[in-house]
Order: sequence, then C-alpha cells, then structure tokens
Amino acid sequence: MELVFALAIGVLAGSGIYLVLRPRTFQVIMGLTLLAYAVNLFIFAMGRLRIGAPPVIDPARGSDPALYTDPVPQALVLTAIVIGFATTALFLVVLLASRGLNGTDHVDGREPEEG
Amino acid sequence: MSLLLIILLPFLGSLCAAFLPSNARNAEAWLAGVVSLAATALVVSLYPQVAAEGVLRVAFPWAPALGLDFSLRMDGFAWLGALMVTGMGTLMVVYARYYMSPADPVPRFFSFFLAFMGAMLGIVLSGQLIQMVLFWELTSIASFMLIAYWHHRREARRGARMALIVTGAGGIALFGGVLLLGHIAGGYDLETVLAAAPVIRAHPWYPAVLALIALGALTKSAQFPFHFWLPHAMAAPTPVSAYLHSATMVKAGVFLLARLWPVLAGSDAWFWIIGGAGLASLMIGGYLAIFQQDMKGVLAYSTISHLGLITLLLGMNSPLALVAAVFHMVNHATFKASLFMAAGIVDHETGTRNLRRLSGLRRAMPITATLAMVAAAAMAGVPLLNGFLSKEMFFTETIFLDRPEWQRIGLPLAATLAGMFSVAYSLRFIHQVFFGPPAEALPHAPHDPTRWMLLPSALLVMACVLVGIFPALTVGPFLSTATEAILGSDAPAYSLALWHGLNLPLYMSLAAMAGGTVLYRVFLRRAEDTVPLLEHIDGRRAFDWLLPAMARGAEALMERLSSPRLQKQLLVLIGVALAGALMPVLLRGTAWGGRAMMPAEPAFVLLWLVGAVCALAVAWQSKFHRLAAVIFSGGAGLATSLTFVWFSAPDLALTQLTVEVVTAVLILLGLRWLPRREQGYAREERAAITRLRRLRDAALAAACGLGMAGLAYAVLSRPDIGGISPRFIEQSLPQGGGRNVVNVILVDFRGFDTFGEITVLAIVALTVFALLRRFRPAPESIPLPHQQQREQNGADGLLAARVRDPAARLPAGYMMLPAALVRLLLPLAMMVSLFFLLRGHDAPGGGFVGGLVLATAVILQYLVGGTVWVESHLRIRPVYWMAAGLLAAAAAGAGAWLAGAPFLTSQAWHGELPLIGEAHLSSVLLFDLGVYMLVVGATVLMLVAIAHQSLRGQHHKAREGAP
Repeated sequence: MELVFALAIGVLAGSGIYLVLRPRTFQVIMGLTLLAYAVNLFIFAMGRLRIGAPPVIDPARGSDPALYTDPVPQALVLTAIVIGFATTALFLVVLLASRGLNGTDHVDGREPEEG
Repeated sequence: MSLLLIILLPFLGSLCAAFLPSNARNAEAWLAGVVSLAATALVVSLYPQVAAEGVLRVAFPWAPALGLDFSLRMDGFAWLGALMVTGMGTLMVVYARYYMSPADPVPRFFSFFLAFMGAMLGIVLSGQLIQMVLFWELTSIASFMLIAYWHHRREARRGARMALIVTGAGGIALFGGVLLLGHIAGGYDLETVLAAAPVIRAHPWYPAVLALIALGALTKSAQFPFHFWLPHAMAAPTPVSAYLHSATMVKAGVFLLARLWPVLAGSDAWFWIIGGAGLASLMIGGYLAIFQQDMKGVLAYSTISHLGLITLLLGMNSPLALVAAVFHMVNHATFKASLFMAAGIVDHETGTRNLRRLSGLRRAMPITATLAMVAAAAMAGVPLLNGFLSKEMFFTETIFLDRPEWQRIGLPLAATLAGMFSVAYSLRFIHQVFFGPPAEALPHAPHDPTRWMLLPSALLVMACVLVGIFPALTVGPFLSTATEAILGSDAPAYSLALWHGLNLPLYMSLAAMAGGTVLYRVFLRRAEDTVPLLEHIDGRRAFDWLLPAMARGAEALMERLSSPRLQKQLLVLIGVALAGALMPVLLRGTAWGGRAMMPAEPAFVLLWLVGAVCALAVAWQSKFHRLAAVIFSGGAGLATSLTFVWFSAPDLALTQLTVEVVTAVLILLGLRWLPRREQGYAREERAAITRLRRLRDAALAAACGLGMAGLAYAVLSRPDIGGISPRFIEQSLPQGGGRNVVNVILVDFRGFDTFGEITVLAIVALTVFALLRRFRPAPESIPLPHQQQREQNGADGLLAARVRDPAARLPAGYMMLPAALVRLLLPLAMMVSLFFLLRGHDAPGGGFVGGLVLATAVILQYLVGGTVWVESHLRIRPVYWMAAGLLAAAAAGAGAWLAGAPFLTSQAWHGELPLIGEAHLSSVLLFDLGVYMLVVGATVLMLVAIAHQSLRGQHHKAREGAP
C-alpha cells in the first residue's frame, strides 16, 4: 500500500512539475493543481498510513493515542486545501487579466521572439 | 514618570497637530508652543534631582525574552541634551509661527516638527542602545519629511533624498555597531555597556565596532567625507535648518560619540578615525564656507566646520578636550541658531539670501543687524562671547596634545588656520549683508520684522553674551554635571574663566582674528563664484554618480544571474531544489526503514492506476484540450479524496471533494476568456527545439517525481515519532470538548492559525474581486459563445425575449428542467451545510466543509439560471458574509478576555435552556460559524465576480453597437 501511495505522489508531482514548466498560463495552473495534490498527500503521509482509525474519539474506546491516526498532518492539510483553492482562484484571475491586457496567454506576458 | 512624559508629550502633540485644519496657523503654533514649553519646564524641573542623585531612570519591559527594556535614563549630560532639544524647540516654534507663510500647510510642519522633537529626546534620554537606534532612525525620517516640506521644489526633494540615504545608511551601520557592542558587553543597557568598557576595548571586534559606530555618527553629524548632504538640506524651511540641521539633529552624532567616549575612546584608531574626520571637516567646512553665495550656505558649511571642531576634540583622547567638546556643543547651538534666524529674517523681509545682492541692511533693519553681529562675533570667537571660551579651550588642548612631535606642532597650526577661516566667513556674512551701500532692486523693501520674530534670536544672543562674560556663574554647574556624568570620577578639573593671562592660546586667537581679516580682504576682491583649489572636490558629485551606478550594477547583476523569463526561473528553481534534496542522499546514502507495510489491495492499486492516468492525461492535454484537462484533473482529485477516506481522514476527504467541485466551476468560468489554441501552432523549424525542451522538462519532472516518491516511501517505511499529536488526541475531549480531533485542533488548539487563514482567504477574495473590476477581456473573447448566439438568433424570436426576462419564475431556455431541480436544491443544500457545521466538533464536518457546500449550491443557481435571472431572485451579499464571519471569529476569540483568559481560549457553557432542554454552548461554535460564513462569502464572491464577466462582455458589445 505504502509503495502505491508513494508512487501516486510521484506521478502527481512529476506531471505537475512538467506542466509548471510549460509556457501557457493554463498549463501552469493545472500543474499547480496537480502539484498541490501531491504535496497534500505528502504532508498527510507524514502521519503514516492507517486504515480504520479516523481521529474521531469513540467514547467507548477512550482517547488512547495508539487507537487513532495522527490528526496534526490532517489539520495542516485541511487548511492547505482551502488555501490552495484561494491561490488557484487568484492565479486564474491574474492570468485572465494578463491575457486581457497583453493579448496572450504566455507566462511572460508576450509571445517569445521568433528565430 | 516625568521622564516618560517628556518623551510622550511631543509625540502626542504631533498626533494632535496632524489633525488640525490646514489653515489653523495660530492653533498649531499654540499647540506646538505649549507642548515644547511644557517639555522644557519638565526638563528644567528635573535638574535638582539630577544634580543630587546623578541618574534618573525609568524602564518598562519591552521584549523581556531578549532581555530588552524600554528604558529612559537621565544623567547630567542627557539633561543638557534634553534642555537643548526642548528649549531650542520652544524658541523655534515662536520663530516659525512668523516665518511660515499663511499659504503653507502648517499642520504637516508642526506635526513633523514635534515628532522630531520627541525622537531627538528619545536619542538623548535612551538608556538602552537598540531603542536609541530606533529613535535615531526616527529623526532621520522626520528630517527627510521636513527637508522635503516644500516638495514642489526639486532641490527640496533631492536634498531630502540625499540626507535620508546618507543618514539612513549610517543608521544601518550604527545598528550593526550597537549589536556588536551589546554582544560583547552582554547587554544593550547603556550602563552595562559603559561598565564593560575595558572588555570592549580589548576585544578583537573593537575595530569593527568603532568603524560601524563612527560611520553612524559621522554621517549624522555631516562630517567629512559625508558632509555633502548638509548644504543640500538647506532647502528646508529656515526654522528646520536652524533646529535640526544646526542645533540638534546633527549634534546626535557627536552626542553619541561623547556618550560612548568612555567605552571607545583612548585608542589610536579612535584618534585617527574620529580626530581625522573632525580635523578634515573643520578645515574643509571652514574653507568652503568663505566662498558660499547663499547666506544659509555659509551657515551650513560653518556648521560642518564647527561640528568638525567638536569631533576633533572628542578624538583627542583627553578628558579636558571632552569638556571643551560638550561646552562647544552648547555654544554652537546658541550662536548658530540665532544666525540661522537672522538669515531667515533677511530672506523673509527682502526675498533673497544671495550675498551678492544683499548689502547695507544695517540701516533698514538695525535690530536684526545688531543681533546677527553679536552672534557672528561669537562664531568667530571674539572675546566676551561664549564662542571665544570654547575656542580657547580647543586651542589649549591642541597645544597639550599627547602625541608625536609633528602632530603636536601641526595641530595648533591647523587650529589657528581654521580659526582664520572662521573669522573670515563670519566677517563676510556680516559685512556683505549689513554694511556697504544700501542694496538696490531687492524683491521687497527691507525692514525689521515683528518683535515676536526677533525675540527667540534675542534670547539666544543674550545667552551668548552672558555665558561669554560670566561663564562660571551661568553654564558652569550644568557643564560640570554633564561632564561628570560622562567621565564619572575621572572628570578633570578645569577653570571656566574669561582671562587666563597672556598665553599661547590667546596669541593663537589674536593671530586667527588678524589672519581672518586679511583673508577676507583678499577674497573680497574675487569676482567669480567658484571655490579656489577645492572646486572639484565635491561629495555630491560622487553621490550623484554612485546612486545610478549602483542601480546599473544591480541591473547588470540581475541580467547575469537571472532571467526575465518565468520558465527559465522555474527551471533553475526546481533544478536547485532537486539537487539540494539529492545531496544528502548522495553524501550519506539512504536505506528504507523497517516499519511493517500493509499488503497492497487491488482496489487501491486500481484507484491509483486511474489516478495516475488522469494526472498524465492532464499533463498531455492541457495545451490543446483544456476542458478535457479539467475533467482529468478532477479525476486525479477524486482519487486523492478517496485516498483520504481510505486512510482514516474523513475530514480531508470531505473538504477535498467540495473544493474539487468549486475549483472545477471556477476554472470552467475562466476558460471562456482564454485564447483559442490550434494544434500545429509551432513553426516547423522550431519544432525540433521545442521537442528537445519538452524532453528536458519531462526528464526533470520525472526525476522530481521519483524523488518525491522515494522521499515519501522513506518516511512511510519508518516508525511514527509521535510528536505533539498524542497530546492533542488525549486533550481533545477534556480540554476542547470535541470528539473530532482535527476540528478541535482547527478551531480550538490552533485557532489562531485558522483565524489567520480565514483572514487570508478574505483578502484573496477581495483581491480577486478588485482585479476583476478593472478586467479588460481580449477583444476576440468578447462576442457571445456559439450556443448563446444560436439561442438568441434562433427562429423563435420569443425565446430570446424570455432568456432576457429577469422576472420569469424560472429561467427560460434549454435548461428549464435542471433549473427547477437546482432551485429545489438550494434549501436542501443549506440544511446539509448547517448539518456539517453543527456536527463538525464531534464528527467529520465543520465550518470549511459546510461553507463550501452552501457556496456550491449558490453557484449552481448561477450556472443553471444565468447571472441576470439569479440576481433578480436571490440577493446574496458575499462581502457582508465575509465581514460577519471575520467579526464572529474575532468575537469568539475576544470573548475569552471577558473571562480573563488569553485570546481565543475556548469558553463552554453547559446547562438547561427553557423549551430546548439540556444544551452545550461553546465559543468554539461561534468561531466555526465565523469560518463557515467567511468561506461562504469568499467563495461566492470569487465565483460570482468571474461569472459577472460574461455580462460585462455583453455590455461592451451593446455599447459598441449602440452608436
């Protein structure tokens, strides 16, 4: 399981980085989205993987930390997901404005020179 | 306590002055006058206590963790400084009231004036060095504002900038020096530093400390080679020149050198650096002052020269020279300020300060002339005036210098020469302006100004005379408390008397007076405006060359080191990150840990097979098939969300799912404004390069992906280290009162983080909104999309009419059925979102998820019904939601104060409510409600702002079509 999980992070990060290096703003925004998935999963993995142990305390079982998975990375990732949405929105608007202003969707605000 | 009041009064006055109406000239002057007079009275009233107790202190904890206090300390020397600052300030306010024209915006003037006074008092009274640097910088800023007071004048702006850059750069050096000093001494308290004097002088860092502090002091006191800013600062109104740039602020440098004299002085380096700069300034300033054409120019260079004299005295490593330096600080302030006032009066009454145009004003303005003559005589060092006394002390010290032979002979000669310069420019100042035939063609007919404008100058001249004749009776006791404060028990014995007999210093004085007169007669005949010998040595030129040169150098460096192209920058960034991450692996090697792994489940493998294909497909399709890319990215997001569920993170899964929906909607709304892209866009000959570049990026991306995977696997194969998590789990129920630990962390344990995060969210939403208000779509994106055009231009004309009808009960068009369903969905979604919000503390859910659910429901209305129709039926004000959310969260936090607990401490109440029964209420719920409302508001604001752009496009078209 862990290997699959790690490879999943790798594929998401690799695709994201490739897209971030592309010249068109839309490619970059998709790349950032994929990279965000990868990083969120990575942070989440810092708490190790456990099945069937959500950090919701069951009064019948008590609050022994060994019974529950690590809640701290989850709290971190939760806010990261929401902030990720906000940055995507901001970036989208900036790229729209740049496209409207410069007439191009190249990341440098102008088409690369020919030749 | 009155120490604190002395500092606070000017700052409070400054604040009040800033808010008075701009024509309230008298009110401003009264306010500033009363404030400065009160501060002066306070300072004066403290003298008996200072004289008796030696040192007054008051301190408040400032940064206790760093061992820093906000500490005020008044000893005899600080008292003298404070008296100069407040007393001179009071006189200057009276003068400025009559100097400033009714057309000038006086609130700005008096506000900065008082702020400067407060800052200067801060320097003088600081008992702690870092705090003193802070006030030091404040005076630089106040000086900048006051020099640039007439900011419509170019030379005022230039002068202000130059002064700020030079003194600001010195301030940084000083800060560095003070940090080193405090580090060596083991504390930043002045007394700690003074007590550590032997340690500091023996420390290997001593040269660095000295150099840095000297840089700060010499720039501030306009000493060679940094003197050039002071003449350009004369673009300020004359009261400012008199107060800041002659009497007080430029004294801050020498004040500091005197303050740290017991710590830093005594070495050869001190003699050469401080003494050398002082001597150079004394000579060069005095020489240049002779050839100035502007009255204020003469005074500016003579200020450099006199400050050089003080610096030189400090640099001589002799306690008696220190006494002379302190004495001259006071004397210089009195005569120079009154000369500046005279220059201002002449300028005010005649309209010019040009020495070539002015002449014979003695008859038209006799009182001004008399006052200026006495003050100038003091500056030249004529007996019976205060300048004579300190100059005699200076001459005496040069004779008794304890140095090698050539220096012992050279210095008295140089001092006599400097005395000649001083006599020459003083003579020129008086003779040109007040004697000779009456000037013709002056802008105004000259006459003496109102008595109130003369009063401050007269008081200062009176002080010059009294101190000059009865030194021991007037300034004597204050001078001795000041020098004892610096030197402690080592204070030397000295006699303040007018007559010391016929000795060498007296002959030097006489030689200076005779030589100066001759010098003046010689230079009087010169017709040209240039300065002989030193014409081409001008620090300003170096400064003017240096600034653009530095900017050009930085630009060239940027070109070398960086690229304006984002792709290259990112490539380097990612490459460096990869190399940095690989380095420890290559150097130290790596091994997987021994934690027991879970066996792979086929369903999970399948899930990520799909997820990986989706991710790769996004990379593949983002260029030409954006819609497909959005769909694939949703697929990858879904896989991520399912993974969260799989590994016991229900909260994350919920949030990821809702964010996924909102993000998809957001990007879909934006797609419409992107340019059409056709395959085969790249030209044939560039295709090979492009392919190569893609290959390189793909290789880098693959390497990074593998690295991330390896790193993740390395962590996952090692045992958990626990950290702070067990504590959170254990305390969640007893302290947080919630069973969902993640939610308890977010809204309680780490509530402040969340508070910051929702604030960021609000700021982003407002930024998005603001950016879109000025949005100009590209011309080719403005026409309606195909579908909408077909609908409008269809055979059925009635249909088009119905599409635009905002009053219809349901939006018309091909989406009528979904519209009906989505309308029914809204209340349901509201209920679901509230359900998530309320249960969040004990089960997966919470404000974030709830808010996103409601926002999704709202945006669905827009998607299906169209902006016009929805807004005619549903009034939602996202900005209010955001404000209410932030306020609710803040109120939940501040409520803890009522219970005497720190911000955001959760407060719970458990009890019986009528009708409802047993209930549990907690401030945490209010906080989460704030999060909920803010998320709703921010998300809806962003989405609606983008959705509105389609309307704007149509307005655009309508406007173009109308005429």
